[in-house]
Amino acid sequence: MSRLLLLAAVASALLAPAAAAGRPASLNEIEKQVMCPVCGTLLQLAESPQAQRERAFIERLIAEGKSEEQVKDALVAEYGDEVLALPPRSGFSLSAYLVPIIAFLVAAVALAAGVLRWRRGGSGGGSPSAGPGPSDEDSERLDADLARYDL
Amino acid sequence: MSLRSILAIIGVLAVVGLLVFGLASKGSSRLQPGDAAPTTALPQLEGNGSESLTDYKGRWVLVNFWASWCLPCRAEAPALEAFQQQHGGPRFTVLGIDTQDLSGDARAFVERYGLSYPQLRDGNGDNADEYGTTGVPENFLVDPKGKVRLVVAGPIGEEKLQKEVAPLLPGGES
Repeated sequence: MSRLLLLAAVASALLAPAAAAGRPASLNEIEKQVMCPVCGTLLQLAESPQAQRERAFIERLIAEGKSEEQVKDALVAEYGDEVLALPPRSGFSLSAYLVPIIAFLVAAVALAAGVLRWRRGGSGGGSPSAGPGPSDEDSERLDADLARYDL
Repeated sequence: MSLRSILAIIGVLAVVGLLVFGLASKGSSRLQPGDAAPTTALPQLEGNGSESLTDYKGRWVLVNFWASWCLPCRAEAPALEAFQQQHGGPRFTVLGIDTQDLSGDARAFVERYGLSYPQLRDGNGDNADEYGTTGVPENFLVDPKGKVRLVVAGPIGEEKLQKEVAPLLPGGES
């Protein structure tokens, strides 16, 4: 089950750009994904003169029939990668997506290994073969006690 | 001291170090007179080439950061153009740097105000960060050796141009 969830997470992270490429562009959607570079906030939250010009630019590209990805590419050409609220899924920026997944996998493996070791330790504690046996002195005392209570 | 304590201390020191680094790298201050001006190459606003301050070595350059959406930039543009007409030549030029702006809007701005001095583009604002600007417009007078000689944060009108910039130029009062 957990493997399926993990696969779904990885697939959605890698396939999202392909899905966005075919999506019709809308100002509302793009505003949530790009920044107002001067304000340092999402364009959706910005009201500065620069933000207004950025919105007008996006609206013009949408009117020209550009897709969401094409509009974002045009914004990157104007303002650089910093205009994207999320880093691009290529080059070094890809690590922003892969590192959390790898960290999650490493943590899951470490947790599984820890649980396995704990379970082995727990079940092995009662087995006669686990650990060194009692000393001769203890064995003699044990035999004597058992003999005393032997009915 | 146990291994666990040592690891905890290392962890805390790493977090504190990252915070200090973050604060130090954010707090870039504005260039001051005497500082070397950045020589990063920037694309030309019109045309496919790029230029940097090294292309203007040997000339006085008034670096003007501006953007088409900036209202005070509209007010200072005619004064800068008039100053360029008066003093521009082999020993001085105004150099416009359009920052965090749309290139189409910027070209329309240049045309609207009839700006004849060279214009470069700093779309992501990195060059403005190198100068330590906090907004637009800001102006930096750079001498022929590439050192900042005068900083005017905010619009530079005709009066400031004549009283503060002109005297520093060749043939000026100082």
